[in-house]
Order: sequence, then C-alpha cells, then structure tokens
Amino acid sequence: MVAKRIIPCLDVKDGRTVKGVNFVGLRDVGDAVELGAKYAREGADELVYLDISATIEGRGTFCSLVSRVAAEINIPFTVGGGISSLDDAARLLDAGADKISVNSAAIRNPHLIDEIAGRYGSQSVVIAIDAKQIDGRWTATTHGGRVPSDKELFNWAHEAQERGAGELLFTSMDHDGTKDGYPCDTYAALAGLLSIPIIASGGAGCVQHIADVLTEGRADAALAASIFHNNEIPIPVLKKELSKMNIPVRL
Amino acid sequence: MVAIVDYGVGNIRSVVNALKRAGVCSPVLTSDREVLRQAGHVVLPGVGDASVAMEALRAEGLAEFIPTLTQPVLGICVGAQIMCRRSEEGDCGCLGIFDTDVRRFAPQPGLKIPHMGWNTISNLSSPLFKGLPEGSYVYYVHSFFPEVCSDTICTTTHSATEGEGQTFSGALCHGNFYGCQFHPEKSGATGAAILKNFLEI
Repeated sequence: MVAKRIIPCLDVKDGRTVKGVNFVGLRDVGDAVELGAKYAREGADELVYLDISATIEGRGTFCSLVSRVAAEINIPFTVGGGISSLDDAARLLDAGADKISVNSAAIRNPHLIDEIAGRYGSQSVVIAIDAKQIDGRWTATTHGGRVPSDKELFNWAHEAQERGAGELLFTSMDHDGTKDGYPCDTYAALAGLLSIPIIASGGAGCVQHIADVLTEGRADAALAASIFHNNEIPIPVLKKELSKMNIPVRL
Repeated sequence: MVAIVDYGVGNIRSVVNALKRAGVCSPVLTSDREVLRQAGHVVLPGVGDASVAMEALRAEGLAEFIPTLTQPVLGICVGAQIMCRRSEEGDCGCLGIFDTDVRRFAPQPGLKIPHMGWNTISNLSSPLFKGLPEGSYVYYVHSFFPEVCSDTICTTTHSATEGEGQTFSGALCHGNFYGCQFHPEKSGATGAAILKNFLEI
C-alpha cells in the first residue's frame, strides 16, 4: 500500500529558509539544503521549497539552490513560487527539481498546466490552490489569499487535473495559520471528485489534525511548515504516532 | 568506470547525482558503444513514454547492442520497462531481456493512477537487496508496470481502497541485467543501499 506522505515546506529567500513572524518580519531558520537534508534524515517523504524572493537576483539564487538540493538530497522534492511560464518551470526542472507547483499563474493562464505536463509529464506538475469560502462558495484566491479569483475550488481542481496536473496541493486560507485543523469534509469531497493525489496544507496544530485529514479527509499527504521548523511536532514523533493509529507511513 | 546510457531520454541528472553520492566520482554519459562495452557497470535511465524511449534507443543504434552487454546493467523506471518483451505504452516491442510484458494499471475503484509515492517491496531475492529487510519502502512514479514473472526479484502491490489492487514486479533480474521500476535515486537510504549493492555486483 502506498504510504501517506509527510512533507515539510521550506520558504526560501535568497537561499535561506525563512519563516514569517506574525506576518510582518521574516526570521532566518537556516540553510535551505541543510535543513532539507535534516528533514530527509528524520523521515520526511518529500520536500517542498517555495521561493519567496521578489527580485531577479533572488530567483537566480533559488535556481542554484535547486541544483544543490538535487545533488545532496535523495528524496523527491517540489519547487514553487512565482512560476509563471514554461521557461520558469523548465529552468527549475532542468536544475533537478522532481516537480514544480503552479498557483496564481495557472489561474491567470490555465494553459500553463498543459504546457508543462506536455513537456515533462503530469507527474511533474502540482496544482496549488489557495481557497477560502466567500458567501458559502470555495473560491480560489491569489496573492496569499487576499485576492479572490473567478474560479471555484472544485471546478478549478477538476479542470487542472484534466489539463494534466498530477497532484493537488490545497490550502484553505480560512484554516491556514489557525492550528485548528483542516476542513476534512472539503478534502474528502475533493478526493471523491479527483483521481490525482491530494496534499493537505495549512491548519495543522497537532498530530490528531494530521491523522484526521489523512483518514476522514482522504488526503494522500500532509504538508506543514511551522510545526516542523519550531520542532513542535518532530517528524519521527509524528510518523510514529500516525503508525500507532494504523495509518500507513514509511518508518 | 560507470557509464550512463545517454540516448536523449531520462532522469539523467538525478541518476548522476545519486551515483556521485554513492561514491562514483564521475559517471560517464555516453551513447558510444566502445565506452559502454568497457564500463564496469552500465545504467539505463528512462522517463516518459516507453515507445518514445525505444525509438530513441533504436535511433542511437543501441536497441540491438544493449542486450549484448556482459557487465552488470541497471535499468531504472522506463529504462527497466524497455528491458521487457513488450509494452502496452505505444504498443511497442522492447529489448526482450526480461521474460515479461509491461501493462497499464487497469482502472479499479479507489486505485490511483499514476502509482505515485512510497510503497513496500516484498519477496526480495537478489544481491541487489543485500542488507535490506522485507517491506522496505521505495519511491515509485508510474502508470505502466512489468508483470510478475520468473525474472522478478521483488514485488510491490498497488492497493486499491475498494478493488483488489495490482501486484507487479518492483524489480527484475536476468543474468547480468537488473531493472527497477521504482526510483532508487529518489528512495532515500534504501535506494542508496540498492545502488551501492548494484555497484558491488
């Protein structure tokens, strides 16, 4: 049986892993390759690196970071952040990333998914959707949840799958950062609708939340950042606990 | 010297990286027959479509040549599939080294296709798995699989939540030829051990 995956997410600015502090400052939490290697040793099943650099220089640094990650780390990794063209995706995949994730740019230009999947295969394209409920309708957003798009979550997720996305990374902006758990019913509805694997992100505060989204929510993987970076739930502890609950994980 | 068959298809960078981590200083990327013939070990990578990979191999004039190699040869993913007799992908004839065919996962309720992620290998029966316990986890990404046959050296079951799932060859061996449907280069410490074992054969 395919194991449920645990995926730490590393936000990277100028080659360093950072994390937001109360949405204002960014705290440096270490070298992105070293931290990724540490998570891999601890049992992370995949890694996600998100480029949050805003400058051209930062983007260049990120690309060389991707090469270093590919050279040093022996588990699959996804990169995302600001990928808006086939060229952007090609540069990162050619640098050694296993998958790229597209978000806002795919909302603006859905054909981007077809282009990347057409050249590199569906397994290399993750569609990331940040959505929130607006008047009872799950609406895909851009700009970190601030700007609603015209796309409804379920329709958009299905369209992305049909266009060739190989995985869905869904973050509920209503739950992200709350540490109150995931909207499991929404994840389960997505699992019923889609045939591609689903990664749950945003909202985990404890082991039980992750267990819930992997069982009730039928998610294939759980992605988190702060609980790992702050060592609130170390990966080995998390996986051992999930295993005790009979959730298949790679130990 | 370790040679990687360069035929314009494949996950070459990740294979090069993994071989370097395994202590191979500078794996040689080549389609030159003489260089391939002299290599101590040969790796045949591959991603994408098996019929496209076979065409590329034929275009390089290597389809007849590869089966004549006598040193240890390791096919990875599509590289392993094209070492079988035939593939349903593009309905193509393959190298015919392993005595089995490659089929597409048939749709079943609750069976996710592609089969992607970490799954276990069982019935381990090869020096390739020296030191590894039954049920070790390796990383897979594929929609087509080699059927179980007499050359199978480990099996994996892609389980469905409702249907019965599909058991297939996780890896195969015939003489000096080895093939892994999974990606040893992405399979953490287990994958590193498998590559190291291959290099010691």
